[in-house]
Amino acid sequence: MAPSTSSAITLNINGEKHTLPVDHRTTLLDALREHLDLTGTKKGCDQGQCGACTVLLDGRRAVSCLQLAVAAEGRVITTIEGVADGERLHPVQQAFLDLDGYQCGYCTPGQICSALGVIEEHAAGWPSAVTDDVRPEAGPPPLTAEEIRERMSGNLCRCGAYVSIVQAVAQAAQTQMADAEETGA
Amino acid sequence: MREFGYERAVDVSGAVALLGADPDARCLGGGTNLVDLMKSGVERPALLVDVRELPLDRVESMKGGGLRIGATVTNSDLAAHPEVRRHYPALTQAVLAGASGQLRNMATVGGNLLQRTRCGYFTDLAKPCNKRVPGSGCPAVEGEHHNHAVLGASAHCVATHPSDMAVALTAFDAVVRYETVDGPGELPLAEFYLPVGDTPHAETALPPGALITGVTLPAAPVAAHSRYRKVRERASYAFAIGSIAAALDVQDGVVREVRLAFGAVASRPWRARAAERELTGGPASAEAFAAAADAELAAAKTLPHNGYKVPLMRNLVVATLTELAAEAAR
Repeated sequence: MAPSTSSAITLNINGEKHTLPVDHRTTLLDALREHLDLTGTKKGCDQGQCGACTVLLDGRRAVSCLQLAVAAEGRVITTIEGVADGERLHPVQQAFLDLDGYQCGYCTPGQICSALGVIEEHAAGWPSAVTDDVRPEAGPPPLTAEEIRERMSGNLCRCGAYVSIVQAVAQAAQTQMADAEETGA
Repeated sequence: MREFGYERAVDVSGAVALLGADPDARCLGGGTNLVDLMKSGVERPALLVDVRELPLDRVESMKGGGLRIGATVTNSDLAAHPEVRRHYPALTQAVLAGASGQLRNMATVGGNLLQRTRCGYFTDLAKPCNKRVPGSGCPAVEGEHHNHAVLGASAHCVATHPSDMAVALTAFDAVVRYETVDGPGELPLAEFYLPVGDTPHAETALPPGALITGVTLPAAPVAAHSRYRKVRERASYAFAIGSIAAALDVQDGVVREVRLAFGAVASRPWRARAAERELTGGPASAEAFAAAADAELAAAKTLPHNGYKVPLMRNLVVATLTELAAEAAR
């Protein structure tokens, strides 16, 4: 007997569980937007190249257009709708507002989710393609504008808001580091 | 996209049983290449075997040196691993030079090895392509080929292998481990990718139904003095037009050991053995580096629009080895 080509799956999104039937061909992006009315995550290229569809999977940034929904069952999914804490904006969101890190806003949810990933990855000591010495002994590289640009290069912005996006990520990273020092995190 | 069944493998034997039973079954790791190709219709599996939850996600140090890298280790985790950064820095640099942060978080080591070429004719169902449809022709030879192969190609196919990771692994004599229903096996990476010849559709020496379980990197002290350099048409987030993984051990101005592998110039990662032979035991000078590059590139067959790759690779060899020699002198 041919295997079934659809399944009922449960997706854990922003702390809530959603059970839905999906054709296996359904991407997580389409599941979010078309089945669950979570339209904050945007479809740009649908080929994994623009980053507009960026979400967090188990805390790590990923492009939801290449993630099959059926394969996302069991993962912890965070979308842009889950970034704020109720009415309290996340420091990354606040920084994008403060520094005007967008024009049309279409790439912005992906930029913000990606920035969350960048800050986390840098805090974990990950080097990047522009890090001169990748050895652990060299210590983590400072999060310079050059490092931010490289780490954010998976997120395109056709309006060209890159300069303020980089500034927003830098400000958010500083805010988070300052918060961490205060709370001893 | 063709409809397909989906099974999540819980153990390696279950995965190979599923893969072995259906020639139209494919492994699903991060999906960053496979799902893309399924969207464009190039890949049409009937069944996806999701291998992400198999216990193949560790990087382990071996006694005496060397690393065992599991097939489902993500690209990000591989690049960030302290032992990789310390003992095989060119591998970290190679992985970080590829794709985007999002894609590296999703992509697996096994999937990176198996990714398909990005030749525009291969990915376009409306075009002839000997790799996709054997015997249909290769439009790249007379058409768009500015980023196609100058080494190891044939009249049947001039596509390049796009992986950065595989270039560094090639320089370090990686061995690919796999499992089939008949038991485990291994292939040196140097023999993993088949020569193009007149069979460009046959890309790897993996037996049908095999599951890649990991990659072994033998101990290599020279690898700690290594570098990956990638040249591309943008500052980031683009495939290479030429790349190099190099490692160098210099003592008193003499090359004791050297590893060189080229990317974006051949149907597979290109180990530059002729260059290595020329250099070993000789002076670590710019002249020697250039002569070795010339020896390797003598076999290059260029097309009308990709001739630039020859001086590009020559310059990359000289620049990268010069940099490594200077670091050794410090």
